Amino acid sequence: MSVIVVFLLVLACLAGWWLSRQGLMSKPWLEQGVVGHLGEQPTLPAERIALVVFLAVVGALFALFASAYFMRMELPDWRSLPVSRVLWLNTGILVLSSAALQCAVFAARRRQADTLKLALVTGGISALTFLAGQLFAWQELFANGDFLADNPANSFFYLLTGMHGLHILGGLVALARVTAKAWDGPVTDRLQLSTELCATYWHFLLFVWFGLFVLLAGWAADFIDICRQLLT
Amino acid sequence: MVDVTPGAVAPVPPAEVPEVELYHPHSWWTKYVFSQDAKVIAIQYSGTAIAIGLVALVLSWLMRLQLGFPGTFDFITPEAYYQFITMHGMIMVIYLLTALFLGGFGNYLIPLMVGARDMVFPYVNMLSYWIYLLAVLVLVASFFVPGGPTGGGWTLYPPQIILSGTPGGQGAGIILMLVSLILFIIGFTMGGLNYVVTVLQGRTRGMTLMRMPLTVWGIFTATVMALLAFPALFVACVMMLFDRLLGTSFFMPALVEMGEQLSYGGGSPILFQHLFWFFGHPEVYIVALPAFGIVSDLISTHARKNIFGYRMMVWAIVAIGALSFIVWAHHMYVSGMHPYFGFFFATTTLIIAIPTAIKVYNWVLTLWRGDIHLTIPMLFALAFIVTFVNGGLTGLFLGNVVVDVPLSDTMFVVAHFHMVMGVAPILVIFGAIYHWYPKITGRMLDETMGQLHFWITFIGAYAIFFPMHYVGLVGVPRRYPDISGTAFIPESVSTLNAFITVAALIVGFAQMVFLFNLFWSLRFGREAGGNPWRATTLEWQTPETPPAHGNFGKELPIVYRWAYDYSVPGAKEDFLAQNDPGGPRAAASA
Repeated sequence: MSVIVVFLLVLACLAGWWLSRQGLMSKPWLEQGVVGHLGEQPTLPAERIALVVFLAVVGALFALFASAYFMRMELPDWRSLPVSRVLWLNTGILVLSSAALQCAVFAARRRQADTLKLALVTGGISALTFLAGQLFAWQELFANGDFLADNPANSFFYLLTGMHGLHILGGLVALARVTAKAWDGPVTDRLQLSTELCATYWHFLLFVWFGLFVLLAGWAADFIDICRQLLT
Repeated sequence: MVDVTPGAVAPVPPAEVPEVELYHPHSWWTKYVFSQDAKVIAIQYSGTAIAIGLVALVLSWLMRLQLGFPGTFDFITPEAYYQFITMHGMIMVIYLLTALFLGGFGNYLIPLMVGARDMVFPYVNMLSYWIYLLAVLVLVASFFVPGGPTGGGWTLYPPQIILSGTPGGQGAGIILMLVSLILFIIGFTMGGLNYVVTVLQGRTRGMTLMRMPLTVWGIFTATVMALLAFPALFVACVMMLFDRLLGTSFFMPALVEMGEQLSYGGGSPILFQHLFWFFGHPEVYIVALPAFGIVSDLISTHARKNIFGYRMMVWAIVAIGALSFIVWAHHMYVSGMHPYFGFFFATTTLIIAIPTAIKVYNWVLTLWRGDIHLTIPMLFALAFIVTFVNGGLTGLFLGNVVVDVPLSDTMFVVAHFHMVMGVAPILVIFGAIYHWYPKITGRMLDETMGQLHFWITFIGAYAIFFPMHYVGLVGVPRRYPDISGTAFIPESVSTLNAFITVAALIVGFAQMVFLFNLFWSLRFGREAGGNPWRATTLEWQTPETPPAHGNFGKELPIVYRWAYDYSVPGAKEDFLAQNDPGGPRAAASA
């Protein structure tokens, strides 16, 4: 459970830092009159806050999967899977997808409607290609006779890639709606925000994928072993 | 010495309110059924939660009938008994308490108390309720499938939960239970995002975090915890579904069942326990923190006194929320873990008693020399303090490894957690309903029926759970449908069990008085007016009662002070509402 505990510790530090700026030391029974954000617009749009909170939840979910992975891995029946070369290619495609969406953000900020459309479509298609690539990796495992229930390493591989793929699919629904909006009219503040949110989500899922890749390829376990040897 | 007497402040002219995009309902369906108004969603959540809670209440009667009078009722087979305890526990903890506190009270109170027109994402909020309803329906469906619902205990421990010896284990029961939980978590995440973002972004002008009523602090912190804790249950449920349906071995060790080697092998049941309790322990505080918050407001309002140590109360809520994530393994002392591990978790468990005790002291000190009105909400709040302290004290026993080991899986544990997270939060729910019902409906709940309901529930709950501690101390294990004829258990236990059963039936029927009151007062209750309890918080200052869609009419209130200015010298009434600048009124009375 160490992964999730570390994850929550980081969140707790962030929350503590944020709370420390919210006047937790104030004495509300002495302070009357209007204080606080009078007349100020909220600094961040609600959608952005919601996305950050949601990403914390998704982060907790994958941290818990990683915790379970490490605990299950220590049992004797674990046989690691070889890393398929397709995964390297898929990683590249997902990086491309993330980069495309970042371009979309830049385009939206400069109000370049055509570049925005191009970047959004590129991001969407490359994400779909990533999913197809993941399915291909599954196919490859099938062909090798590595089925879901054969070994816990296999089970985790299918489970984690599947879970990550589902999150990408959910993102694609949002991306499709944003793309449709980009086709409908000019680039507005609203559209810019939607694009930025999509890009944030994509970067986060790319980051999660890096984590999963490191985990599934076994480097995370090697790294922990090295740390352990250094400590003992 | 600082003069803390609240005085007048310069009122601020209402600024231009930005045009709010409210979804205005056009038909009966969008107004009352597919409504995006948080208040309607709150009532839908509460109604559904109470309805499924009644099912759990009936299940508890059936269990008690079996324990009190074993062998009398033929239809309560051991299998059925296991199904009753499982469904009773799961429904009460998740589908009643969590849904009612966060989905019900959270939806109703957060926007009103922070001065918002609605939740920030009304559509997602509506979706949250419908997914919750779907989760409840899937859960109910498991009663009607062949083999019935799962009977493996609410903790769903593998491997027994999916074996053929467990009721529902090889049928559809366990699958429906897991699917229902997964749906609940998805639905809750949608609602939870709303509650958190509304508190962060939806507050009206002047409503700093440190001016929020403690109710909002409690619900807010509990929601944050739930958002981070429910994923653990989600992971556990998904992996269990894989084990059950696809034959993986995440949790399932190699097993021989009825002389037959199963295809599972190598899995770790302990892994499941870690995941489950990583959710399970924060869950206790997910239920308790909203109760803490609500009870603080009830006590302050009905004792006409400002809350003692507001700052400390807020800090304690946050501290409890954070600490509750590092105590989970105290549910697993008997799982064979490393003794130092147990030592660590016993320490964190006992540390959590400190902020909790701070809260209890502050409630008592709020009451001290207060102008206590023994209204029904106040009676429930007082009953909560007593019950929570009682339940918490037995928690100190169970939190220590050496004491817990012999008491583990006895009725003592059952008595402990029913006191602390069953009876105590439910007393708060009742108090809160008596308190806010006038705002929701415009009419007061009937006082006589309320007194009857309170006294039977309060004394009855003690009649049920106090003796249960003794039953546990003599070694009666939990989850056994029939312990008669066991050599080490004295005959007197049977008498006590019969007594507990009678008390449980009476308390259960007293709840019918409450339900009747809810409907009767809707029509015949006394007109309440806008602010019958003379409370300071914003929900009582709405122009209309019940509040209309959009809550506050044309202009949002401006907050000038904290939520606890009661018994103010010189004020026209004895309190200053949060949106009251205080000037003209105070001058008028002088």
